[in-house]
Amino acid sequence: MTFEWLHPFLIATALLLAAVGAVRRVNLWRAGQPESVDFVAGLMAMPGRYLHDLHDIVERDKYMSKTHAATGGGFVLSLLLVILVHLFGVQSQILAWALLASLALMFIGAVFVFKRRLNPPSRLSKGPWMRLPKSLLAFSSAFFILTLPMAGVLPEVAGGLLLTIVLSIFIAMGLSEMLLGMTWGGPMKHAFAGALHLAFHRRPERFGGGRSTGLKPVALDQRVLGVQKPEDFKWNQLLGFDACVQCGKCEAVCPAFAAGQPLNPKKLIQDMVVGMAGGSDARYAGSPYPGKEVGQANGGPLLTITEGLIDPDTLWSCTTCRACVEECPMMIEHVDAIVDMRRFLTMETGSTPNKGAQVLDNLIATDNPNGNAPASRTNWAADQNLPLLRDLKETDVVFWVSDGAFDMRSQRILRAFVSLLKAANVDFAVLGDEELDSGDVARRLGDDATFQSLAKRNIAALSQYKFKRIVTTDPHAYHCLRNEYADFADGLFDNIEVLHHTTYLNELVQAGKLKLSRFKGGKVTYHDPCYLGRYNGEYEAPRELLRSLGIEIAEMERSGFRSRCCGGGGGAPITDIPGERRIADMRMEDVQTTGAELIAVGCQQCTAMLEGVVEPRPQVKDIAEILAGVLLEDEAENNVESQLEEAF
Amino acid sequence: MLLDANTSMDLKIVSLISVGKHPTSGRARRAEQDGRAVELGLSVAEAGRGKQNLTVLHAGDSQQSALRSYAGMGLESVRVIQLRESADAVSPLTEYLRKHAPDIILTGVRAESGESSGMVPYLLAEKLGWPVVPRIANIVSIKEGVAEVLQALPRGQRRALTVRLPFIASVDNAAAEPRQSAFGPASRALIEQQQASSDADAVRSEWSELPARKRPKRLKVVKAKTAADRFKAATAKPQGSGGKVLKDEPVTEQAQAIFDLLLEEGVLR
Repeated sequence: MTFEWLHPFLIATALLLAAVGAVRRVNLWRAGQPESVDFVAGLMAMPGRYLHDLHDIVERDKYMSKTHAATGGGFVLSLLLVILVHLFGVQSQILAWALLASLALMFIGAVFVFKRRLNPPSRLSKGPWMRLPKSLLAFSSAFFILTLPMAGVLPEVAGGLLLTIVLSIFIAMGLSEMLLGMTWGGPMKHAFAGALHLAFHRRPERFGGGRSTGLKPVALDQRVLGVQKPEDFKWNQLLGFDACVQCGKCEAVCPAFAAGQPLNPKKLIQDMVVGMAGGSDARYAGSPYPGKEVGQANGGPLLTITEGLIDPDTLWSCTTCRACVEECPMMIEHVDAIVDMRRFLTMETGSTPNKGAQVLDNLIATDNPNGNAPASRTNWAADQNLPLLRDLKETDVVFWVSDGAFDMRSQRILRAFVSLLKAANVDFAVLGDEELDSGDVARRLGDDATFQSLAKRNIAALSQYKFKRIVTTDPHAYHCLRNEYADFADGLFDNIEVLHHTTYLNELVQAGKLKLSRFKGGKVTYHDPCYLGRYNGEYEAPRELLRSLGIEIAEMERSGFRSRCCGGGGGAPITDIPGERRIADMRMEDVQTTGAELIAVGCQQCTAMLEGVVEPRPQVKDIAEILAGVLLEDEAENNVESQLEEAF
Repeated sequence: MLLDANTSMDLKIVSLISVGKHPTSGRARRAEQDGRAVELGLSVAEAGRGKQNLTVLHAGDSQQSALRSYAGMGLESVRVIQLRESADAVSPLTEYLRKHAPDIILTGVRAESGESSGMVPYLLAEKLGWPVVPRIANIVSIKEGVAEVLQALPRGQRRALTVRLPFIASVDNAAAEPRQSAFGPASRALIEQQQASSDADAVRSEWSELPARKRPKRLKVVKAKTAADRFKAATAKPQGSGGKVLKDEPVTEQAQAIFDLLLEEGVLR
């Protein structure tokens, strides 16, 4: 073949330029704030994280997981062999055959990528991503033909000059996409940044089936609180943004996006990349933020994000439901980024929208979001004769009442739960007025100062007493107590178990401590609260409880880890960013497709949101209420009652 | 806000702040009306040359953390005339204000704790010899040393007044709500402390404090028969009925009329 030097030269140049690009890209990430990471352990764990954690998520879409395994696996293998065979000129028929096989694998994968790109779903980004399958095909086919002579299949110099020119163009095209694009910002960037992101992830606990959902605390003595400029992110958060493949799985599950609120998690991450690298979003080729045009946003590493790059409304639309995080194959942490930026807006500029400021003021002045008198916290239980920890000093179970104490609808849930605790003869007590708001809303609204103050005072109250467990009916308080208080608790929570009431009730029912009759009523579906499911992995206990009543759950299409948010999380009802529809209405439509007459819920916030949907609609009941409704009273008591009835 | 360029350049504003008390928890906080006084001061200052034209002044304890919640509105500093708890704030404030000679002094209508008499603006005005405009909702414009202010009246009504600088105004609840207090600026703001001596507030030392009781309200009998009447009753300016305007009558006659009314209402027995 003529120009024998040409192809090795092209490969070497591409590798060199890719290396230069890599250094530049790494420097973009290094502009972020320091965060200590175990580099060696991370890099060692990276292949395993790729093959298990990442691939498990991709595997939810079988078509794509097979396609990606073929294309990606074929490419990595091919690249190594191409370097050996074509750059270093290792003469080996075995290597050449191996290269042919891996290129063939990559080619097959690329064909499927191409096929999917023929009629791509709206969640996929277009633009350069439409070019990618062609580049993949060019790369694999050109190197395939180039390798044939080395495998001894084709005689040398078949085709001549024309073929050489065509091959060289294909190779140049393939190499620039696959190698230059990897570090200079093409679609293949996801491979380079993604691999490092997996290695240096900010929440390594998530790998290997773990869960890490608690927000990271803010050091309150910093120069700027929260994230003002892209540089204020931790360096590995910036790296994480770069790992995005723009698959749009986040967009497809985002409740705010579906409701037409100005949020699209994918666009948000891409805007973070624009901010980190500097420039405008004009080249973004995916779905926009609903109601906002693409091409207007400009940013830079040292520019304030919310002045020109992202509209604050975008950040305030998020319900922190974590559906995007759960769905992201690259395990990017959207919610962390959004709350980081909210922290700046709340703690530096004081611009929490709508009722935000009022709620935060109330939390500061009265320790509850609606400004109720702190001393009226136990008024709901005036007729309940609840034991107070202040009197007992020691108990088995602390019932964390939460702010539902001030809300008449939630009080029905609390009463139902108390009746179950009493029926099961549980040794329990409440904190009474010593309990404060958990700080959930303050933290999601970006006011970490208020959250920390509430958390520390709650911890101080709890640490006066001896107990083994905390049980709460509020998944938001549950999440704070279980996952976020440990940062301030000095080991207090090491020996304390925090449970959601459904988990605890299930324990009681399975142990036979509660006598329940079978549920008589229509079809029942179960709505997974985000803060119970995705945040804490509890999908099974509520279902087991319902099944133990003889209920066959009519599952919604979006249930379990894919459950759609009710719209009530993250302070979203407080900031109340307008959209085209209400999230709760969409969730109710999900319910109605199952034909259920009753929605079983495990969260007072979900109850409020779903009951806010106009009738006619199915009834909404907390699982505690359903259980209390079928609770068989003690026989002795029944006898007394019947005697009384006879007497009158 | 319309500000005359020449005047606004040198316009000096002082917002006086006190420590508020939350109605249900009783905790110290940013007082609602004083917060509005700072908000109005900020918006006048921002329309002019900038925040440095506004001084936010407190007479009392500089360690009080509620002062930080005013600072969180974006103030670089809060100036505090350090006083003992029992001290009377009026004379050190007068001294300070006489020395710094601001153009506008903004206060709340009354404090949320302590005497809550609402007398501070009047006492200051008396000592400084300045006019007082009570219960303003906004400062519309300042031109050639004359400010046009809107005074808040019941039922959302406003009265436009013009007043020559310098003046003291108390800010009504109808004024713009104070902006959100942000933790970052609040914790970084400078509390500029200055010492002052003052006589003990003799009147106050003799008082004992009790939680406020709601004042008994006169039963309002709505006689309206139709929705239109009820709407009118709820919104229209109450027309004085049965009252008398005694303007040119002799003083004794006026006093007698008041005395008769008090007897009639059962205030005097």
